[in-house]
Amino acid sequence: MEGLLSLAVKAVFVENLALSFFLGMCTFLAVSKKISTAIGLGISVMVVQAITVPANNLLLTYLLAPGALAWAGFPDVDLTFLGLISYIGVIAAMVQILEMLLDKYFPPLYNALGVFLPLITVNCAILGGSLFMVERSYNFAEATTYGLSSGFGWALAITAMAGVREKLKYSDIPDGLQGLGITFITAGLMAMAFMSFSGVKL
Amino acid sequence: MAQTYRSQLVDPLVDNNPITLQVLGICSALAVTSSMQVAFVMSIAVTLVTAFSSMFISMLRNQIPSSIRIIVQMVIIASLVILVDQVLKAFAYEISKTLSVFVGLIITNCIVMGRAEAFAMKNPPVASFIDGAGNGLGYGLLLMIVAFFRELFGAGSLFGVTVLETVNNGGWYVPNGMLLLPPSAFFVIGLLIWGIRTWKPAQVEEREYKIQTVEAH
Repeated sequence: MEGLLSLAVKAVFVENLALSFFLGMCTFLAVSKKISTAIGLGISVMVVQAITVPANNLLLTYLLAPGALAWAGFPDVDLTFLGLISYIGVIAAMVQILEMLLDKYFPPLYNALGVFLPLITVNCAILGGSLFMVERSYNFAEATTYGLSSGFGWALAITAMAGVREKLKYSDIPDGLQGLGITFITAGLMAMAFMSFSGVKL
Repeated sequence: MAQTYRSQLVDPLVDNNPITLQVLGICSALAVTSSMQVAFVMSIAVTLVTAFSSMFISMLRNQIPSSIRIIVQMVIIASLVILVDQVLKAFAYEISKTLSVFVGLIITNCIVMGRAEAFAMKNPPVASFIDGAGNGLGYGLLLMIVAFFRELFGAGSLFGVTVLETVNNGGWYVPNGMLLLPPSAFFVIGLLIWGIRTWKPAQVEEREYKIQTVEAH
């Protein structure tokens, strides 16, 4: 239990997907102009991340890993090279299912998040989360914790970024730095702030 | 036609650079630029994947139903990335270890998807191939510039060859360790954008709010 908690804190602050691995940067920079949309996108990422990382973990353990197909009578088969295509398939399918479910049962939520859901399929933070899970060989409990907390970390980062940008648009910025340039530098400063969390252990 | 092919290849380098202007593919641009060698391999990988995926998607563009086009594009891109990943693991294992998840993340690199959606779905294969290659090269160029600064001033070397002898090895150069850390990539790219936009004022974004000065009467 303690291990999981420390994993969660690490995934939210120390190894923040957006600010220390630069994952999901395209959407991070493009959709962080307003706090309300940033929160919407942040929550969708968190939900999708919390579903896909454990799902991909199951996929890896029971279908792809070397010897995983022993239950089907193929103990020597190693399908890890199919990993990438399977993970992205799972992600695309999950996003599609989530979209349909929300549309059917929670229309207000669907209306709020609807536009962001397709964007999430190509958000590197989601695929990155699954790939980190594979690389660090998490078990199922760890994968679930990691999915949820890394998604939360991403949501936190984009919300903070949107807050800064809402204030920033009133400032007098040199012409060439307008828009994208200053956003990069702001993100850099935020990343430095997040670096101060490194070394924090529970 | 030759002229347009050339402009398709050259335009994305500066005038319409995928990173500084189209805001595509930034994730990996930041993460793999701490050394030039890694950045170089990454640029080649992205250029190849973008070029070939654009070509294949363009070949199939009349057969793909638009409702499932995203997933078809994903499958094509993912297959190409798996190919690149396997080749890297076989022939450049060390580098593939350093790149870790970022090879896989080429799949979700917005440049690849972006060019597929914006260009390859509407244009013939050869033009798409060149467009993909051009955008890949534009991405690679920026990656190399950022990596150049980060490796030279952060570690005093280029492509792993020592250029500025660091203090630790008995030289004179005190390396700026900050440049090897993630946040510096943001600063380098931010400043680079500033430079490019000062050079090409047409790329400057409109202000949302004008600063008004009150004139004295």
